[in-house]
Amino acid sequence: METINLKLHVWRQKGPNDAGGFKVYEAKDISTHASFLEMLDVVNERLLEKGEEPIAFDHDCREGICGMCGMVINGRPHGPQKETTTCQLHMRQFKNGDEIWIEPWRAKAFPVVKDLVVNRSAFDRIIQSGGYISVRTGSARDANEIPIRKEDADLAFEAAACIGCGACVAACPNASASLFTAAKIAHLALVPQGQAEREDRVRKMVAQMDAEGFGHCTNHYECMAACPKNIDVDFIAKMNRDFLKSMATARKDIASRDKD
Amino acid sequence: MELRSNEPTGPIEKRWDKHRFDMKLVNPANRRKHTVIVVGTGLAGGAAAATLGEQGYHVKAFCYQDSPRRAHSIAAQGGINAAKNYQNDGDSVYRLFYDTVKGGDFRSRESNVYRLAQVSVNIIDQCVAQGVPFAREYGGLLANRSFGGAQVSRTFYARGQTGQQLLLGAYQALSRQIEAGTVEMHARTEMLDVIVIDGVARGIVTRNMMTGKIEAHTADVVLLATGGYGNVFYLSTNAKGCNVTATWRAHRKGAFFANPCYTQIHPTCIPVSGSYQSKLTLMSESLRNDGRVWVPKTKEDCSKKPSDIPENERDYYLERIYPSFGNLVPRDIASRRAKFMCDQGFGVGPEVDGVRRGVYLDFRDAIKRLGEKAVSERYGNLFDMYERITGESPYKYPMRIYPATHYTMGGLWVDYNLMSTIPGLFVGGEANFSDHGANRLGASALMQGLADGYFVLPYTLGNYLATSKLSKVSDDHPEVTGAVEAVKERVSKLLSIGGARSPDSFHRELGQIIWDYCGMSRTAEGLQTALQKIPALREEFWQNLKVTGTGEELNQTLEKAGRVADFLEMGELMCLDALTRDESCGGHFREEHQTTEGEAKRDDENFQHAAAWEWSGEPSKPKLNKEALDFEYVKPSQRSYK
Ligand SMILES: Cc1cc2nc3c(=O)[nH]c(=O)nc-3n(C[C@H](O)[C@H](O)[C@H](O)COP(=O)(O)OP(=O)(O)OC[C@H]3O[C@@H](n4cnc5c(N)ncnc54)[C@H](O)[C@@H]3O)c2cc1C
Ligand code: SF4
Ligand code: FES
Repeated sequence: METINLKLHVWRQKGPNDAGGFKVYEAKDISTHASFLEMLDVVNERLLEKGEEPIAFDHDCREGICGMCGMVINGRPHGPQKETTTCQLHMRQFKNGDEIWIEPWRAKAFPVVKDLVVNRSAFDRIIQSGGYISVRTGSARDANEIPIRKEDADLAFEAAACIGCGACVAACPNASASLFTAAKIAHLALVPQGQAEREDRVRKMVAQMDAEGFGHCTNHYECMAACPKNIDVDFIAKMNRDFLKSMATARKDIASRDKD
Repeated sequence: MELRSNEPTGPIEKRWDKHRFDMKLVNPANRRKHTVIVVGTGLAGGAAAATLGEQGYHVKAFCYQDSPRRAHSIAAQGGINAAKNYQNDGDSVYRLFYDTVKGGDFRSRESNVYRLAQVSVNIIDQCVAQGVPFAREYGGLLANRSFGGAQVSRTFYARGQTGQQLLLGAYQALSRQIEAGTVEMHARTEMLDVIVIDGVARGIVTRNMMTGKIEAHTADVVLLATGGYGNVFYLSTNAKGCNVTATWRAHRKGAFFANPCYTQIHPTCIPVSGSYQSKLTLMSESLRNDGRVWVPKTKEDCSKKPSDIPENERDYYLERIYPSFGNLVPRDIASRRAKFMCDQGFGVGPEVDGVRRGVYLDFRDAIKRLGEKAVSERYGNLFDMYERITGESPYKYPMRIYPATHYTMGGLWVDYNLMSTIPGLFVGGEANFSDHGANRLGASALMQGLADGYFVLPYTLGNYLATSKLSKVSDDHPEVTGAVEAVKERVSKLLSIGGARSPDSFHRELGQIIWDYCGMSRTAEGLQTALQKIPALREEFWQNLKVTGTGEELNQTLEKAGRVADFLEMGELMCLDALTRDESCGGHFREEHQTTEGEAKRDDENFQHAAAWEWSGEPSKPKLNKEALDFEYVKPSQRSYK
């Protein structure tokens, strides 16, 4: 089995109020078949043996779908491989002797909890503000009574494939959450069930996104380049169109209420 | 204690309707006066919390991830079954019921399974109404496929991400209730104990994983929907955080644990590549629709490149042994056969510990028949994922697969209302034992999670609340403060052992014991060995564990340690259950009990029951209770897939 030696510069930060800084670790004899997180597991086991505190990082499924993992690797969210989450990045992407810088997502709206772990609950609040279809349990009509054009269903699926990891925010020079928010808006706007609330939804979600302290989208497209699910920036344009439309048609009292 | 299933009687088609009518309702105005705790916000818990919130109850929901959208349900790739018969291929509620009882090797409760088949139809309607983007045909109608072990196309899917899309549907419904204020969501919060007062569940103790704060939450009713315990094996297809803690803590407080030895091993996972490995990745079972499983006919060929092995030197063993099902035989059979071929020395791929553990899943013929484009449309994502992990392209080189632990059919014992043996403690989804028997057919766990969450628990919990007299519990009740103290003590004990070994190293060792002796096939002798080894390992754990840091911060080593401590007790119970169940059935294969053809041989006379274990205070000496199972509709027969 092929192994490599690496030098890691890892961001260590004890807690939200700690200043934090890089620390250097040698990662020796790492199998090239291991995933990036398995490499960190090995480093952590060795730290623990020495009585040092392991590096905290978020992860769960380790198969690229839960959206829990994420760190900036050599300046790129989720690392160098296209369309790949950190947990699916494998060490065969690195060479013997490489130096690797590992940092948490950086964004005002994602405060650091510890080391590489950040708080992404702002994303949940964006969904809570309107990212759903209001339907009561138990009263739905037969599913095939709502035919959906295959092309629309496929496109809705592509938008819905967003795993909510936050790499788009970390990649954006403005720390904008537009790609995430637009993906959800597009998913629900592309299906007939989503039409009744379409304008309300976009208005509320955009307002919440701003309220959380995410920056504005100024078309850098770094988000799409970093996105492990290749969510298309076209959805942002769709969101902007829907948003303008919704502002034109919204009742005045609602539009002004959203501002405070 | 006598186990009462509380099933309604009468014709099976009418039981759930009759029961629903007989149940008491809570007046809408009174609902907000009731606090409901839901632990776990995967498909089962998320759906239940959303529905109960919508009904007007005051719901407090908990999960250990940073967001409910990340529950392990998200990883399900293949699909969800429902008896819609949209394909007009002969499906019906009765057939889904029949297949599920038979597929579970006659170790599940008929009434529950019938209800599951019945509400499966509503699940799809509900999810489509929520905007779940299921696959569609060109005419705009829903598409279906057939899935491991089924001869009708009843599986609904959203590419290879069905679980994700279903969970997002439930999460969105839940989000709506959070915004409406009916659900109070506590993410990054781990439940560490149940509070039981006068024999009734009245709350939980939690640890805030960011601050370390340990707190009590009281309620009128508690629902556990905390998933399965497959991670007892260390290597499995489960997410790293999946654990047994919630159900095990409840077990120690009086909830019986049923059929712990039933674990499902999934046949199509990527084989282990080395000792650093932290999990095994499942490749969707839908691959078996077009991939052909084979190994070389001679051992000398095992180290050769597959392209150098001519057609007549390949053994398509599933097609050979099971001509009518071929590559689509149920999971337990496909898994055991793969292990058997490798144990006989016909495995392929790299040697790990002297054995090649892999068989080929080959798309060559499918690519020839359908063209590379069509194959890539069907399986492209999965092929990419396989290549990312192994560095090999399945278009050029057959995939290598091997079985891995995937799902646990055992769980807390529940009655027809999904209530455990602790009144007021309900259990849903993979955490309960109820619907799958000794073996779970593909695409039925998602179905069960959502059935429990959207359509069963909201009724049965309401009935419990309407029919129970519950006085208010004050926060300084001795059982409440006592439970909090006990949790604090346990946490400080884990921090203070000061030994030399990490939680992961104990977990790995335990996992290896369970895999070797209580894995795909079991023997009395092996299980006895495991029953020696596990208590010794547990003892070492409490002497020699090392946890750094403190309890007042995010401390992932501490979190792992607590979970491994519970797995160490749970693992022993699995082995004891497997030893006691002196028959083979479904995923539980005792080598002593097989037909001449090597298939699982049940002993219905002695084991047609659910084994429900009761905590005795001593981990090695639980007490066995049995719930006899009756089969009025589907008469037990030998499963045969020849
Ligand atoms: C890789 C994979 C693929 C699968 N594919 C399919 C498929 O195609 N079709 C199918 O039908 N089934 C499939 N399954 C099975 C199915 O996904 C699961 O059985 C099902 O999703 C379990 O749902 P659940 O709601 O019971 O639990 P989970 O989704 O596991 O949710 C558990 C919840 O409990 C919480 N939790 C756990 N412990 C605690 C605690 N102590 N304190 C607080 N919170 C806690 C978690 O945070 C989480 O919210 C698959 C499983 C795997 C592993
Ligand atoms: S849009 Fe892409 S990068 Fe952003 S949260 Fe979704 S999956 Fe992650
Ligand atoms: S750990 Fe789930 S996406 Fe990486």
